[in-house]
Amino acid sequence: MTHRTKLHKEKVNWPITIILMVVAAGLILFPLYLTISIALRDPSDMVNLLAFPKKLNFSNFAEAWKMTNYPLKFRNTLFITVINLVFTIITNSAVSYAITRNYKKSKFFKGMYYYFISAMFIPFSVLMLPLVKQAALFHVDNIGGITFLYIIFGLPMNIFLYSGYIKSIPEAIDEAATIDGASPLQTFTRVIFPMLKPMTATVAILSFMWTWNDFLMPLILLSKPEQQTLQLSQYVFQGQFTTQYNLAFASYLLVILPILVVYIFCQKWIISGVVSGAVKQ
Amino acid sequence: MKKKKRISLTFYAMVIPMAILFFIFHTIPFLQGVFYSFTDWKGYGTWNLVGLRNYTHIFSDKNIYSSYLFTFKLAICATILVNVIGLLIASGLNAKIKCRNVLKAIYFIPYMLGTLIISFVFKFVFSNILPMVGEQLGIEALRLNILGTNQAWIGVLFVTVWQSLAFNVLIYLAGLQTVDQDIYEAANLDGAVGFKRFMKITFPLIAPFFTINMVLSARGYLMAFDQVMAMTDGGPGTLTTTISVLIYKKGFSGGQFAYQSANAVMMFVVIVVISIIQLKVLDKREETING
Repeated sequence: MTHRTKLHKEKVNWPITIILMVVAAGLILFPLYLTISIALRDPSDMVNLLAFPKKLNFSNFAEAWKMTNYPLKFRNTLFITVINLVFTIITNSAVSYAITRNYKKSKFFKGMYYYFISAMFIPFSVLMLPLVKQAALFHVDNIGGITFLYIIFGLPMNIFLYSGYIKSIPEAIDEAATIDGASPLQTFTRVIFPMLKPMTATVAILSFMWTWNDFLMPLILLSKPEQQTLQLSQYVFQGQFTTQYNLAFASYLLVILPILVVYIFCQKWIISGVVSGAVKQ
Repeated sequence: MKKKKRISLTFYAMVIPMAILFFIFHTIPFLQGVFYSFTDWKGYGTWNLVGLRNYTHIFSDKNIYSSYLFTFKLAICATILVNVIGLLIASGLNAKIKCRNVLKAIYFIPYMLGTLIISFVFKFVFSNILPMVGEQLGIEALRLNILGTNQAWIGVLFVTVWQSLAFNVLIYLAGLQTVDQDIYEAANLDGAVGFKRFMKITFPLIAPFFTINMVLSARGYLMAFDQVMAMTDGGPGTLTTTISVLIYKKGFSGGQFAYQSANAVMMFVVIVVISIIQLKVLDKREETING
C-alpha cells in the first residue's frame, strides 16, 4: 500500500486502484446488490441467494407499498424533512447572525452563545424520558410537533456552524448597508443571508439527513400508525414481515431509494457540505 | 476606541423567541430529568424524594454495569477500527488512482443510508447469508448466526464501523488533500518513504483531522442505539444493550423512569468528562501548531 508516488508522479497507481475497487465492490456494492436482488426475487427462489434472481419479480414492491402504506409514510417523512429544512435555515441563521454580531457588545448575546453551545454536550438519550412527558403536555407528539422539535433541537449545532462563518464576514458590510438606510432585518435578509450560502448548504444537507434517517425521536414521540415516518414504519413492520424477506427487502429499498436518488444528483454538494460541517468543528 | 452602540431591538427579536422555545423543550426536560433522578417516580402515579438512592443503586446494578461495559467496548473498538481503516482508504483514494471520483462516491454511500435499514440488511446477512455460505463451503464458524451467540457484539461492531467509516474516510481525505505534494518530494530525497514517511510527515500534518474524527466518532458511538434495536434488541440476554437502549427500554416500559433518569444523568456526566478531555487535547495541539 505504501509504494505510491515513488518518483513518477503522473503514473497511475494500479495496485491501489484495484485494491480500492475490490474493497468497494465487496464491502459496499455487494450488500446493496443483495438488497436489490432479494427485493426482486420470487419467494420460491430463496435457495441460492448469491446467484442472480431467476426471474425478476416486481410485485414485491407493490405488495410492500400497500402493506406498509408507503405513500402515507413517505408524505409524513417528506413533510418533516422539508418543513424542518426551510424553517431551520430561516430561524437558525437569524439567531446565529444576531448572536454573532452582538457577541462582543453585549453580555446577553454572549450568554446566549454559551447557553446554546453548551447544550451540544447534552446527548438526546439524556433528554428523552422527560421530553416525552413534556411533548404530551404541549401536544407536540405528532408530525407537526416533531418537526417543530427538530427545528429547535438543531439550534446548538447550527449556531455553531453558522457563527464561525458569519464571523468571517467583515462587519464593515453591515455598516455599509446601515449607511445606505437598511434596517438590521433588511441587512440580514438582503445582504448577509445570501452570503451565507455555502454554510446554508451544509446546514441543509445535515438537517435533511438527520430528519430523513432519524429513528429515535419518531420512536418515542409518534405512537399513531398514521403518523409513522418511513424509518419508524420499517421498525414496526419488522415483526409482520417475519420470514417474508422479499417483502421486507423491497420495503427497505423503497426507503433507501429516495435518498440514493438525491445522492446521485447532489453527490458533490453533499460530500463537500458534510466535510465543511465537520471540519468547522 | 468605539463607544458602546445601542443594540437594535431586531437582534433581540431574532434570538429571544427561539431561546424561549429551546428553554421549554430542551433545557426544562433536561432539568426535569435531573430532578426526577432524585425521586422514585415510575413514570406514572405518585412520587417521593429519595435523595441519592438511585445513584448509589447504579453502582451495584448488574444491568447498568454491563451496558457501560458493552458501550465502551463498542465505542473503543469502533473508534480504533474506523480511524485505522478510514486512514488507509483515504490514503488510497489520495494516491494516483483511476476513477477517483467514482470510488469516492461509492465509499460515501453508507453514510447516506439510515442506520436502521443497514442494520436490518446485515441482520439478514448474519442470520441467513453467512450460514448458507458456511454450509456450502463447509466452514463451521460461519454456520451459526453470530447475533445469537456470545459474540453478537462483533456483528453490532461490524455494522457500526461499516456505516460510519464513510464519514471518517471523507474527513481524512480532506486532510490529506491539504498536504502539499512538494513535502513528499523533499521527504523522498531525504530517504523517508513508506510507513516512516507517513508517521513522521503525513500524520502530524493531518493531526487536526485525526482529532475531529476521534471526537465525533467517540461521541456518536457512546450513544449507539439504532443498530442495536434493529439487530439484536439488546440480546442475547442483555449482552449488546447499550446505555441508550437501557434507558429507553427500562425507562419507558420498565417502570424505572426516575432510576433511568439517574442513569441518563450519569451518562451525561461521562460524556461531558470525555468531551472536556478531548477538547483539552485539541487545545494543546492547537497551541503547539500556533506556538
